[in-house]
Amino acid sequence: MTIPQISIRNLCVDYITADGDVRAVNNVSFDIGKGEVFGLAGESGCGKSTVAFSLMRLHKPPAYISGGEVLFDDGNGAKDIMKYSDGEMGIFRWSEMSMVFQSAMNALNPVIPIVDQFTDVIMRHTDKNKYEAVKRAEQLLQIVDIHPNRLSDYPHQFSGGMRQRLVIAIALALNPKLIIMDEPTTALDVVVQREILQKIYALKEEFGFSILFITHDLSLMVEFSDRIGIMYSGELIEVAAAKDILERPYHPYTHGLGSSFPSLTGPKAELKGIPGNPLNLLELPQGCRFQARCERVTDICRRKATQLRDVQDGHLSNCHLAVGGQSIAVVETEAAAV
Amino acid sequence: MSNKYGELLVEGQNIVKDFKVSSNALKQPLMRASNDVSFKMYKSRGMAVVGESGSGKSTIAKMIAKMYAPTAGRILYKGRDIQTITHRKELMTYREGVQMVWQDPFGSLNPTHNIFHHIARPLKIHNKVSKGNKKELEERVYELLEQVGLIPAKETAAKFPHQLSGGQRQRVNLARNIAVGAEVVLADEPTSMLDVSIRAGVLNLMQEMKFDREMSLLYITHDIATARYIAEDLAVMYVGHMVEWGDTDQIIHDPQHPYTQLLVSAVPDPGKSIHTRLAGNKGEIPLWTPDSVGCPFAGRCLHAVPRCKDEMPAAKQLAENHFVRCHLHE
Repeated sequence: MTIPQISIRNLCVDYITADGDVRAVNNVSFDIGKGEVFGLAGESGCGKSTVAFSLMRLHKPPAYISGGEVLFDDGNGAKDIMKYSDGEMGIFRWSEMSMVFQSAMNALNPVIPIVDQFTDVIMRHTDKNKYEAVKRAEQLLQIVDIHPNRLSDYPHQFSGGMRQRLVIAIALALNPKLIIMDEPTTALDVVVQREILQKIYALKEEFGFSILFITHDLSLMVEFSDRIGIMYSGELIEVAAAKDILERPYHPYTHGLGSSFPSLTGPKAELKGIPGNPLNLLELPQGCRFQARCERVTDICRRKATQLRDVQDGHLSNCHLAVGGQSIAVVETEAAAV
Repeated sequence: MSNKYGELLVEGQNIVKDFKVSSNALKQPLMRASNDVSFKMYKSRGMAVVGESGSGKSTIAKMIAKMYAPTAGRILYKGRDIQTITHRKELMTYREGVQMVWQDPFGSLNPTHNIFHHIARPLKIHNKVSKGNKKELEERVYELLEQVGLIPAKETAAKFPHQLSGGQRQRVNLARNIAVGAEVVLADEPTSMLDVSIRAGVLNLMQEMKFDREMSLLYITHDIATARYIAEDLAVMYVGHMVEWGDTDQIIHDPQHPYTQLLVSAVPDPGKSIHTRLAGNKGEIPLWTPDSVGCPFAGRCLHAVPRCKDEMPAAKQLAENHFVRCHLHE
């Protein structure tokens, strides 16, 4: 078996606050294979963007990475990027791993022409001169279907979808092995969103990079990702193949998410949603973090801490009640049949 | 005025709205934000308006709310042209009947006042409780908070907006609509900023308001799946034009206008694949002006014929409650 592109082991991120340290990401572990699209989903504040930021080591105080390893395969075996010096990290960023930020509309500097924003990245991380950098920028623009003669334009002269493609082009500039995409299409219309994701997918097939895809739109994530991890209040609670995660969930939270959004074409069922509100990280309960909102809560959930484990053929869940071969969907269908 | 859909509350008749696009006093170029838009909103029924940003969805809601006056055409509320409502007393009655819910639950509540204030204010302004009766006011506020699922009501009332989640804040906004006894609720993307697990609860509350309180709901969204959940009628807008409208299910299952087909094919759905080809050409969205001619979608349409560029298609009835504006259906 080949080693994964990136392998995150027991990652913990803390925020220092006046009321004590808050663990925003708690013991998160997952792998992303080469050329794989891994989706990370969860509601706002669950820590998905915090995970993404820690992979690039972009956290600034009051946030700090308090534990864990991030093993990245740069072609000569896996190395722990948490141990890199700041200088090494500077070289590593963008050339091996790049990022498309949440508000890509605002990620471009409005007072500098596009060309300088491209050459800045290229010249900072490689020894190309200005002329070579501009040539590369022209190539990149063509890759994302924007005419190279627009290089000297300013960001406001592009439409939202084009700006998004520009940001993606900048992320591609140094042929990284992994691109983190944090809500890359949230602000766009559905038609443009699909055009961009199809473009990203085609580029991925062409260049072979891996993607960490973060969004709150679960329907979109199921379509786009190979595997999906669901986060809840700083913990990874379920990981499964994209097609399985909604059809055969093992965690009640995932099951709740699945019945929270209406289907476009299927039967009209009443939306259940998930009762209650997200957890305050300063008031963590003993045992499972989802217990207060869970319909299936039992005694053990209130006592014992949860642990992510394999419940069936690579389908991971941290629910105490998850048993192999018995996803909640199966249990509910059987209950309905009785 | 009553028919099989119930009582007609709001009717738009060929509404046109132009905006100045620059402050150049000599040229004054105009942009047509809505062009020949007609619709009907009934009691206890929802109408969803979908379309991309800039398609004129919010402009319609704002015209119904009397924030803008239409350039041409009329909006009737219970048979009366709302432009004739100018007297303060009548305006108050109109605003009691027609209420809005905004997209951003963080921006629509005053951060310096507690929740009690937010619910009490419309009750006082619209004389829903007897003047000076503090006890009655308190009881009514708590009752309203309970009705929208914000329990315990007393504790919630004492909180400030920043202490509530997005979903809870949007519930406060809906409670304000119930407080004044609104008959028409204009909801502009009310759930687009909420998490999925929270969104379902807010949608269900709006559903309840529609059926139990017999409100008429205008639901503006870009999310067709939730539109299908909450609205019986659907209107698809493109660059200020209503291109297809009628029964929601019929339109989603069998879209007739090429733009609706493109839109439906682009909506994310777990059952679809990302590789599904989009049913349309890439292209720029035109800026519509009073002088523009033809069908606004012609430039991106896969089936465009020469006359699409010259002539705006007329509305064509396909079924009892299904209309389309497209030359392919003439």
